Amino acid sequence: MSELELEDRERFEQLVLPYVDAAFNLARWLLRGRADAEDVAQEALLRACRFFRGFHGGDARAWLLQIVRNTCYTWLEKNRSMELSTEFNEEIHLQDCATPETLAIASDDRARLTHALETLPPRFREVLVLRELEGCSYKEIAAITSLPIGTVMSSLSRARRELHSALANPAQKGAVREV
Amino acid sequence: MKCEFADSLLQGYFDGELNDRRAAEFERHLAHCDRCATELVDLDWLSGRLQLTPIYESAPASLRRTINTHLHPIARTRTASQPLFWQWLAAAAALLFIAFILWKVSPELRSDDYRAELADEIVDAHLRSLQTGHMTEIASNDERVVKGWFDAKLTFSLPVRDFAASGFALNGGRLDVVEGRTVAVLVYEHNRRPINVFVWPTREPDTSPHTGSRQGFQWVDWRQDKREICVVSDTSRDDLQQLNRLMSE
Repeated sequence: MSELELEDRERFEQLVLPYVDAAFNLARWLLRGRADAEDVAQEALLRACRFFRGFHGGDARAWLLQIVRNTCYTWLEKNRSMELSTEFNEEIHLQDCATPETLAIASDDRARLTHALETLPPRFREVLVLRELEGCSYKEIAAITSLPIGTVMSSLSRARRELHSALANPAQKGAVREV
Repeated sequence: MKCEFADSLLQGYFDGELNDRRAAEFERHLAHCDRCATELVDLDWLSGRLQLTPIYESAPASLRRTINTHLHPIARTRTASQPLFWQWLAAAAALLFIAFILWKVSPELRSDDYRAELADEIVDAHLRSLQTGHMTEIASNDERVVKGWFDAKLTFSLPVRDFAASGFALNGGRLDVVEGRTVAVLVYEHNRRPINVFVWPTREPDTSPHTGSRQGFQWVDWRQDKREICVVSDTSRDDLQQLNRLMSE
């Protein structure tokens, strides 16, 4: 693994390391799990370290999150390519998550929101996480996701509508699941 | 304007991303579109839920440790080449030179080692406080209340001052353990980021502030009036130096 010179290392610590939480949080929501997120965020951070000489200032958070996002998608393609091709995640999600326990705790606010977010396709999930949890501007989201701003807006709009209906009608979804 | 066209405008309006002209255009539309008005309320509700529910997940300490180990490898491997006689000679001369420098400046070097170890411990303690959500044992912005709490527990006198007027609001304090001894920790908040100020008694003479960074956290350490003070946070170094100046006044 290439090592950074002392000066670069200090710059990396000052500019990039403050966003370790942001990197982990994005990976956690894209991959839907802490263990995978830690592995992938670690890989992304080491990659950021390797490519740091190519970073010539600007928005360090957007730069890091772009690497995290790309690393996550590469990982998903390799390990769970189904998720990327499926428009709605409900079925996949049901397989690994809808145990009686998860349904029982789904009444909990946090668990319900987590569940609703995780059922969204990754492309909707990421714009929501970047906008609402990370507070990114449209321009930053566009830079991180390599999408045009118009697409960022329409994805956000879709994502919010889907999430809203998932939260507003949990009983209906629960009922379908029970059958 | 049909609502389908207004949809992305609605998002942009809600997120404060429209320029003045387009925002005004949307507001004109909003005045007579109940659907968009209702949707704005829904967006606000949703955004509130996402931000108020604690679903942001911070990085585990193990991830920070791994990255830190990568950035500060203990042993570096170098590819060895066949040394020539003059290289040996140069190395011997260099060694002599280093020995001489060490002899001259060893007190300062020792102090650097001391600071590196101290910084590790302080940053660990800072991380622990962030992870457990256990920043303060006495939560108050009243200088006298916080001082009274510490006075009952400490064997040295600890000045407690609130610098809210300068942007560093006192949030309270707690006791922590650093290098095996109990230390006082004053907790401040600056731009919504927590700052831990570790204080313990010392017999050493006063020093000017030393700064450094570890794992993405900045620290400033100095000794003053028989106390050692180490300030740590993930805010910028300038912020910490400002707090150092406020505390030294």
